[in-house]
Amino acid sequence: MLIGGYAATVAIANDYYFYAGYIVLQYVVLATAWNILGGYAGYVNFGSAGFYAVGAYTAAILCLALGAPLPVMILGGGLAAGVIGLAAGYLALRIKDVYFAIATLALAVVVQTIVDNWDYVGGTRGIYVLHPHHAIGFSNYPRLLFFTMLVLAVGSVVVARSVEHSRFGRGLAAIRDDEHAAESAGVPTLRLKLMAATLSGILMGAAGAPFPYFVSHLEPSSTFSLAVAVNAIAMPMIGGATSWAGPVIGALVLGGAQQIATVTISSVLNLLIVGLLLIGFVIFAPEGIVGLARRLLR
Amino acid sequence: MPISAPRLIVDGLSAGYGAVRALDQVSLSLEPGETVALLGTSGNGKSTLINTIMGLVPPRSGTIFLEENGVRTPLAGRRTESIADLGLALVPEGRRLFPRLTVEENLSLGAYRGAARGQRHERLAECFDAFPALKQRRRQLAGSMSGGEQQMLALARALMSAPRILLIDEPSVGLAPILVSRLIDTIAAMKARYRLSVLMAEQNFHQAVRIADRGYVLVQGRVAFVGRTADELRNSALVKTYYLGT
Repeated sequence: MLIGGYAATVAIANDYYFYAGYIVLQYVVLATAWNILGGYAGYVNFGSAGFYAVGAYTAAILCLALGAPLPVMILGGGLAAGVIGLAAGYLALRIKDVYFAIATLALAVVVQTIVDNWDYVGGTRGIYVLHPHHAIGFSNYPRLLFFTMLVLAVGSVVVARSVEHSRFGRGLAAIRDDEHAAESAGVPTLRLKLMAATLSGILMGAAGAPFPYFVSHLEPSSTFSLAVAVNAIAMPMIGGATSWAGPVIGALVLGGAQQIATVTISSVLNLLIVGLLLIGFVIFAPEGIVGLARRLLR
Repeated sequence: MPISAPRLIVDGLSAGYGAVRALDQVSLSLEPGETVALLGTSGNGKSTLINTIMGLVPPRSGTIFLEENGVRTPLAGRRTESIADLGLALVPEGRRLFPRLTVEENLSLGAYRGAARGQRHERLAECFDAFPALKQRRRQLAGSMSGGEQQMLALARALMSAPRILLIDEPSVGLAPILVSRLIDTIAAMKARYRLSVLMAEQNFHQAVRIADRGYVLVQGRVAFVGRTADELRNSALVKTYYLGT
């Protein structure tokens, strides 16, 4: 898949596909990351945009202050968001259900308020983070970013898949099904939830880290966007939240549809499509595309 | 080769929820290899006591500890998973299975604790041997089984953790009388097979007393009667008034 992706960056002439592809792949990472906590453990995170933005802003600061290269930006962005995930997890995972969801939403608002008022990163005006001119091995930098996001997407799916089939994943599934019972069966619920929140945060941060280079001008309103928060939830739900394939399918289908809608109909209709599809799936196929397919195959 | 279970001792335990005091100065003990019944009608603190021992409800005062070879290990203040690690397993009230996971997944989650993980495969084979119905249904979702099968699964899941002390909370709730009787026999058989100590909270007096060595009657959060033998329980005036209304 990575070889195919690289071949595409050489073979396809139109740059637009790489911009669109970057966005879709970014959603594969985000949806997969959300699903580790939301799908496997059943803890709904409304604050994805906050984790994504922590990754993006940390990467921007590493680039501007230290001249860090892209891999370091991604690593730093992932780690910073992972720390936030751990901290938030520690505070918020003691509360459940809708209260947890609200706490994550509040967290995103807090992070945005800090960024809005932080002059070093330009506050609400934003800041320019220009990518290097040369992209070794690629004809231009956006193609390198596309390939980077492809690597992150494949990597996050590999991580999610191994979590799903591990003892860790079984413990998370137990938490999702009946947390009280999981606890009395000796599953260390708090530790597993913290691990899931941290891992989910790391991946979300990594998804956001190349974003400053992608947009060149990083500012809060597009970084903390509703689209990120909504898509990160909608994609796994529409794809099917209990397996790694769900968020991938959801991100490809929904992300692809949004990109097509942007060029063919209107860019403002994006979230409307997501909203309608989400309502439809929640009512008619609560187990998502994966669950629907399983039911039909049986 | 008898496996030595530790003694479980509860001393002066009080616990509650908000303004409600569910347990008031409760003291009891569970000796190695004993089956002790915790009797009383609903709402008198039996579940709270079991959940407090298991670390699911924090005690307000008093102590809970294990005693083995003269060494005391306090339980109060530990997290549930660490209590499970000491060899206590709970069959919770209402079964509390993982309904959307398969029978086999439910069982392997029972062996999550470190000490049990290594013998997971042997334990699973033994469980299937002891509960052939579960083997047949190993790939079925736990939530789709009948109440009796679910209760067997809940018991088997607890046994998967290779416990030394088994806490059973209201196993008979929601089961037909014939199933209750069969379940109580199964508990006795498993207890003998694995040389467990069993503390069983049960409303169904007659069934519980069938396998109990002795018992305690809880009334409004206090130990109202200590039956040193099953006969003492059967012949107690308090038990008669309390349960049979005579």
